[in-house]
Amino acid sequence: MCAAAWYHSGVGDSACIPSAASAIPASVSSATVPSRHSALVRVTHWITTLCFLALLVSGAEIVVSHPRFYWGETGNDLTPTLFKLPIPASRALVPTGYGYVLPDQNGWSRYLHFQAAWLLVLTGLLYAISILLNGHLRRNLLPAKDDLSWRSFSTAIASHLRFERPSDAEAWSYNLLQRLSYLFVIFVLFPLVIWTGLAMSPAFVSAVPAAVNVLGGQQSARTLHFFVSLALVLFLLVHVGMVWLAGFRSRMRAMITGRGGTFRARPTMERT
Amino acid sequence: MSKLSRRKLITTGLAVAGGALGLGVAARIAQRYGLIPPDHGGIYGLGETLTYASQRLLTRHSLAREFPRSMISKPPFANEIPPPSEAFKRLQAGGFADWRLSVNGMVARPASFSLAQLKSYSSHSQITMLQCEEGWSYIAEWNGVPLSQILQAVEVHPQAQYVVYFSIDPDWWESIDMADALHPQTFLVYGMNGDELPVGSGGPLRLRVPRQLGYKSVKYITHLTVTDSLKGFGKGLGSASPEGGYAWYAGI
Repeated sequence: MCAAAWYHSGVGDSACIPSAASAIPASVSSATVPSRHSALVRVTHWITTLCFLALLVSGAEIVVSHPRFYWGETGNDLTPTLFKLPIPASRALVPTGYGYVLPDQNGWSRYLHFQAAWLLVLTGLLYAISILLNGHLRRNLLPAKDDLSWRSFSTAIASHLRFERPSDAEAWSYNLLQRLSYLFVIFVLFPLVIWTGLAMSPAFVSAVPAAVNVLGGQQSARTLHFFVSLALVLFLLVHVGMVWLAGFRSRMRAMITGRGGTFRARPTMERT
Repeated sequence: MSKLSRRKLITTGLAVAGGALGLGVAARIAQRYGLIPPDHGGIYGLGETLTYASQRLLTRHSLAREFPRSMISKPPFANEIPPPSEAFKRLQAGGFADWRLSVNGMVARPASFSLAQLKSYSSHSQITMLQCEEGWSYIAEWNGVPLSQILQAVEVHPQAQYVVYFSIDPDWWESIDMADALHPQTFLVYGMNGDELPVGSGGPLRLRVPRQLGYKSVKYITHLTVTDSLKGFGKGLGSASPEGGYAWYAGI
């Protein structure tokens, strides 16, 4: 029954989780233990990780060539800034206050940035279409109706603020805050970072001028791209922090091999 | 082997074979329609090809955004330029009267144009943004003659694929495909904001390619060659940019 688990959704997948009556003994063979994360989720997760780190490093290198930000259509060394990053630049003309210029890294950074962006967009499309079709989105990411109350919301926030270590059962299902932040990253931040990136492309906006016009101009798009990237970095930090808190080894193993570690009983939070 | 895994094996095998075949066909079609950039080799080739092919399909006839006069950047910004060569200084001392733009390659009538001859064509203007890959930008009014008019005057062969253009600075040369070369906003620019094009902005002659980043708008143009292949130019990567680690196509 679980041989086909690789295309199922993994986390909290009811089709693969044995009923509560038949609690599995710890000695059970790994083949019958359900996958905590499906192969699709695991593969797209790590490709996304790799691409995001490549985009982050190359994006930072590109920013270093002009660490000044503006609002509106245009901005350059002669115009007032919205803000400046207090870092040296890789271009001599930029007034940074530092007496030296960093080496130019924009060539490979731009090549790598777009290579990683393509791979990330294609991976993201594969992921988004798959989770729509296989029910992972509906089952494991969209919060249940009765979870969308202030009560469960405040309970979840309170338990997070107390840095409570999640129970074993929670390893099999995303909690409310987790679901909302994943949904926000997948369906708000990633689309936004792609949009604001494309809005900086002179060729793209020649075909789709509205993409940049509604953002308030090309420099606004650049500034927004920077902030959305910062939001994604913030998510990454919190995400890694939560994985650490929940048990780094078991969560990493689950995301790499799919194995859930100590599987004791049917999780109570299962949704059908 | 269970039924399910055999089916999975067959499906996966078919998917892989189909994918490989699809990629092969895609590559042939891309080659046929000129969607492969000259710097498609190496580890970044795939991303570069996807960017160029998709933007070329999306933007074949699209126009760069133009702006109202009130949005022209004041004061005008000019990026750093390398120190002028002796040859440039001599031409500058003569008020650029001896500046020539030679045009050859796959054309019926190779020609050499003085600035006065270029200015005898009806002057066009555009108020467009110049965007640097570093992140800064400015808007200016650019006056000049559309490159397409000059290409028409020298009668470009129908097999032509690219226009390669050279600065007086021998390290600085670029190329564009015919979609950009014949694009109505690709100008040989000799004026800026109603004045002569300042030397700092590329005067006396600059090629403006407003749908690409600033480094494709090469300053101090002296020579154009029309060709069907970029293999014979430099290292065959299309322009000086890929030789220095930068992408040939700069639409993003």
